Amino acid sequence: MSANTNILEVEKVNKSFHDPVTVPVLRDVSFSVRHGEFVSITGKSGCGKSTLLYILSTMDTDYQGDVVIDGERTQGLSGERLAAIRNEKIGFVFQFHYLLPEFSVLHNVMLPGLKLGRKSAAEVEADAMARLKELEMADQAGKMANQLSGGQKQRVAIARALINDPLIIMGDEPTGNLDKRNAEIVFGIFQHIASEHKRSLLIVTHDPDFAARTDRNIVMDDGRIVG
Amino acid sequence: MKLLLSIALTLLRAKLRQSIVAAVGVMFSITMFVALLGFMNGLNDLLDGLILNRTPHVRLYNELQASPKQPMQVADGDTTKHHFVRSVKPKDDLPRLRNAEAIMQAMERDPRVMAVSPRLVAQVFFNVGTVDLNGQVNGIDVVQEIRYYRFADYLTQGDPHDLATGNNTIVLGKGLADMMAAGIGETVQVTTATGDRALLRVVGIFQSGIADYDKVQCYANIKTVQKLLARPGSYYTDINLKLHDLTAAPAMAKELAARFKVDAVDVQSANAQFETGSDVRSIISYAVGVVLLIVAGFGIYNILNMMIYEKLDAIAILKATGFSGSDVRRIFLLLSMIIGLVGGVTGLLGGFTMQTVIDNVPFETAALPTTKTFPIDYNPKYYIIAVSFALLTTWIAGWFPARKAAQVDPVEIIRGK
Repeated sequence: MSANTNILEVEKVNKSFHDPVTVPVLRDVSFSVRHGEFVSITGKSGCGKSTLLYILSTMDTDYQGDVVIDGERTQGLSGERLAAIRNEKIGFVFQFHYLLPEFSVLHNVMLPGLKLGRKSAAEVEADAMARLKELEMADQAGKMANQLSGGQKQRVAIARALINDPLIIMGDEPTGNLDKRNAEIVFGIFQHIASEHKRSLLIVTHDPDFAARTDRNIVMDDGRIVG
Repeated sequence: MKLLLSIALTLLRAKLRQSIVAAVGVMFSITMFVALLGFMNGLNDLLDGLILNRTPHVRLYNELQASPKQPMQVADGDTTKHHFVRSVKPKDDLPRLRNAEAIMQAMERDPRVMAVSPRLVAQVFFNVGTVDLNGQVNGIDVVQEIRYYRFADYLTQGDPHDLATGNNTIVLGKGLADMMAAGIGETVQVTTATGDRALLRVVGIFQSGIADYDKVQCYANIKTVQKLLARPGSYYTDINLKLHDLTAAPAMAKELAARFKVDAVDVQSANAQFETGSDVRSIISYAVGVVLLIVAGFGIYNILNMMIYEKLDAIAILKATGFSGSDVRRIFLLLSMIIGLVGGVTGLLGGFTMQTVIDNVPFETAALPTTKTFPIDYNPKYYIIAVSFALLTTWIAGWFPARKAAQVDPVEIIRGK
C-alpha cells in the first residue's frame, strides 16, 4: 500500500437532526485521510465533529453523501457488513474508556480479535499480550477491567483498538478525560502508531495543543469544514 | 458461536445471583410439572386399570330378549300398524352363544385380535348352613385370563394355577368368602338354577377393588362350570376379545354383531366414564404445569430486561468493536437458553426425585389389593414435554429482551455519557 492511498474518503456528507425541528448538523463535508496520516478534527462544541466521526465509524447510518473506507462505499450496506468493517478495519478509542467490567484486561483486548476469527485463540492472546506490552500494560493483563486507573484503562482501550491491525484508528476525545501526564502518554502512543505501524489516525479533540502536533488539523464550524 | 457463548457465560457469571433465581424458577416449575403429570397419570392408569385390565375390548354374548317378530306381525305382514297382541315370551333357551367354536376359530385368525377367551357364566346359590347366598360363577380359560386379563394380580390368596389344573375348584370373591367364612382348602356347596348340587374346593380368594362385585363373583375353570351345568364342552355364554388397538373396539363390535348375529359391546361404551375422568385429570395437570412454566418465563423476561438495561454500555462497546446486532441478540438469547437449560435439567432431576418420593409414600386401601404406595407413571414422555416447554418458554422470554438489545444504538449510548 503506497503512502498516497486514501484509506478514508468523505464525499459531500450531509446530516440533519429532525427532533423537534430539522436542524442541519453537517453540510457538504468532504475530505480524505491517507495511509499512515495522523489527522485531528477540532471545533467548538456542537459544531458536528463527533457526529461526523460516528458517521465515519459506520455506526451512524442516517446521512446523505458517500463514505468510502478502504475502497468500499458504506452507504446502504447491511448491519452485518458494517459490523464486519468496524471489526476488521476500524479501531476505536472513546473519551470514556468503555471496557467490559466483567472481563479481564487481556480478554477485553482479545474480544475483537476473537470476533474476527482470523487467528486461533492462542494467537489472539499472544497478539493481545504483545499490544499490552507495547503500551506497558502487560503486568495488568490478569486484572479485571474495573480495577485500573483512568489512564491505564485508556491504554487498554488503545490496545483493543489495535488488536486486528485496523487501517484507521478513530478517537472521540480520547484524552479529554485524562490528566496532562496521561494525555501526554496517550498522544505519544498515537504518534508511535502513526509513524511506526503506519496506521492512519482520525482523532476528534478540543485540545489545541494536541491538534497542533498532528500531521493535519481539520477545523469545523457549524457543520462545515473551515480549515 | 463459541465466542458468543463465552460472552454469554461471562455476563451470566457477573449476574450469578439473579441468574440462579431465574433458573430456580424454571427448575421449580419443571419439577412440579413432571411430578404432577407422573402422579396424575399414575392415578389414571391405576383407576382405569381397575376396570380396563379385566374388561375385554369386545365382548360377544347373547342377550335374552322377547322375540322381535311377534306372530301377529308375521301373520299380518303390515309393519305400519301397531300390534297390541304380544304373547311370545323369550324362548326357553339358555343364554348360550350359538356356533361359539366357529366364532372363536374365526376370531383367532383375525389379525386385529390379540387374544380370544371364552367364558361361561352361571348363576348359582352358595348354601351356607340354612342360608343361600346368591353368586355368579365365571367359567374361565385360566391360562388366557392370567396372561391377558391379569387374573393373578387380583388374587390375594392362593395360586391361580391350582384353578387351571384342579377339578371342581373355585376362587371366591373376598366379600363372598368372608360371608361364608370359607378359607383356602375348604369346600363350599353350590346349587345351580336347575337344582343340581355340587361341592367345590376353594383354592383362592379374589379381590377386584369393587366391593359389590366381590360379594357375588367367583371364578372356576370353564370345564368345571360346564360340568356343573351339565352342558357339553362347546357350551359358552361369552367370547371375550382383546385387540391390538383398543380404539378399534367400537367399530369392530358393530361389525362382529352383524356378522355373527350376536350381541357385542365394546369397552368404550361399557366404561365411557373412565376415559372422561382420565382426560379431565390430564388436562388439569397440563394446565397447571404450563401456567407454572409461563410464570417462570416472566421471571426470565424480567431478569434479562434488567440485565440488558444494566449492560447498555457493554452492548454499545460490543457493537462498536465489530459485533453485529444479531450477534448481540444471540448472546442474550443464549443467556436465556442457558438459564432455561440449567433450570430444565435440574428440574427434571427434581421431578424424578419427587416422583420417587411420591412413589414410596404408603397408600394402602382395601379397594386396591395390589397397590401398596401411591402410583407414579415414570413415562419419559412427560420429561420430554417438560424440557421442550422449558426451552420454548425461555426462548420466548429471552427473545423480546434480546431483540431490544440488538436494536440498541451504540452512538446514543456512547455520546450520551
